[in-house]
Amino acid sequence: MKDLFKVVKDRVRVNSKKFKKERADIPSGLFFKCPRCQTSIFKEDFDAAGRVCLNCSYHSRLTALQRLYITVDRGSFVEYDKDLTSKNPIDFPEYEEKVRCLMKSTGLNEAIITGECTIRGEKCVIGIMDSYFMMASMGSVVGEKITRAFERATEKELSVVLFTASGGARMQEGIISLMQMAKTSGALALHSEQGLFYCAVLTDPTTGGVTASFASLADVTLAEPKVLVGFAGRRVIEGTIKQRLPDDFQSAEFLQAHGYVDRIVPRKKLRHELYRLLRFHRKGEAVDWIN
Amino acid sequence: MDKLTAWERLNIVHNPNRPNAYDYINGIFEHYYEMQGDRCFAEDKAITGGIATFQKLPVTILANVKGKDIEQNRRCNFSMAHPEGYRKALRLAKQAEKFKRPVICFIDTTGAFCGVDAEKRGQGQAIATNIKEFMRLKVPIISIITGEGGSGGALGLGVCDELAMLENAVYSVISPRGAASILWRDASKEKDAANTMKITAQDLLKFEVAEHIIKEPISGAHADHNMTFENIIEYLIEALKRNLKKSIAMLLKDRYNKFRKIGIFNE
Repeated sequence: MKDLFKVVKDRVRVNSKKFKKERADIPSGLFFKCPRCQTSIFKEDFDAAGRVCLNCSYHSRLTALQRLYITVDRGSFVEYDKDLTSKNPIDFPEYEEKVRCLMKSTGLNEAIITGECTIRGEKCVIGIMDSYFMMASMGSVVGEKITRAFERATEKELSVVLFTASGGARMQEGIISLMQMAKTSGALALHSEQGLFYCAVLTDPTTGGVTASFASLADVTLAEPKVLVGFAGRRVIEGTIKQRLPDDFQSAEFLQAHGYVDRIVPRKKLRHELYRLLRFHRKGEAVDWIN
Repeated sequence: MDKLTAWERLNIVHNPNRPNAYDYINGIFEHYYEMQGDRCFAEDKAITGGIATFQKLPVTILANVKGKDIEQNRRCNFSMAHPEGYRKALRLAKQAEKFKRPVICFIDTTGAFCGVDAEKRGQGQAIATNIKEFMRLKVPIISIITGEGGSGGALGLGVCDELAMLENAVYSVISPRGAASILWRDASKEKDAANTMKITAQDLLKFEVAEHIIKEPISGAHADHNMTFENIIEYLIEALKRNLKKSIAMLLKDRYNKFRKIGIFNE
């Protein structure tokens, strides 16, 4: 019997080696496999479509800089707080090394860029989270940059546009990261009380502590098609109920059906849609009309 | 008692005889009048809320409920609230604002419930709304973590003017079990995770997340309920005096700054 298994094992080993060799001839990164519909498409076509799945229109992740490039008017962006970087508040093992590596690979100092810009001439404060930086989890720096962005917008009477993406609060900063939910929501509340406009654009993936704070508190909530949005992780829920969840669970469409998203907007139309919203909310427009 | 690790404190907190929400309410307040329902969808037994008198002062109480046996736990869902629980809490907090009653929260939850229905009814949105509204509520809010403060589920009742913690209570961004399974892909290492995450009352006082530690009897609150209640009463009298004295503008400004200053980074 022992020999029998050995034969099978050897055969598998030989075959997998051969298989690996064959695969090595295909250049890596030629295909994009859609996480929603599992279709493989040529990377070239996928990129040409603005990183959107041609089969199901899942809107894939962009880096913050790619997003900035397709959203704001050329040359209008002035960055805030570029030099804020993370410390290690709870002496979490290997946290500093991890952040340092990500800074190098992404070219960013943290998981969000914030600043002032114009979108088709309409001035606003903008924040873009980058899921390639530690899944854009929210630690002290992300929390502080969002808070300062809202505070500056309040001071300058500007609208705020946030592109959200996040795995949630940054575990590596312990309780300090949980408190960023309260800090950002507080700054947002003051902005809102001044009658100023805030639009959230939910991008892939928006979850956890970010869903449970500023991502859910906008005047208008937009989402890109098919993106993942939710509070608890899918695997956590599947573990609790011991069943597989349907594929569209926690998609933008699922949220819209349950009343948590105003509109689902394809990437191509987003800039125009933001322009329309910012134009509606120009400060003092109604007052001018009466006078 | 000062030398206990986070894991040892977690074991004390999990003692079945530790007081739960109703014990604290009956031991500390008088005339508790419970109110139910979120006026949108349902009544959630994982959070109890209502009015009572504290030393003759009318107050609003909001508290996470943990059961003492399986039947009670089934009803209160092991202290894990659904969105309707948070929405009920917000309704009662707004009511407190209308009648100018201070709000006192007792936090003891492993976290907000993770499930299909909770997602459908906007768990994230419900907690977010509570955080924002509590930040601007025009009455004093005192929160006390009596056992476990589990992440966003705790923060749903955790935005306040002063946060006190019982000596053995913990407050964390993720459960030790969750942290262990993400960190080491091994949930059984939760003991190591608990001791790494800096979750004890003493840690939180150092981070200025909590303002006060309330003493427990030598081996824990379960050993002597009345002594625990008296220590809480003593703290609450002082905390309410401190905060009722402030004008609303000052109260809200101080509350904003309490959270505004939290964050550790290089600039």
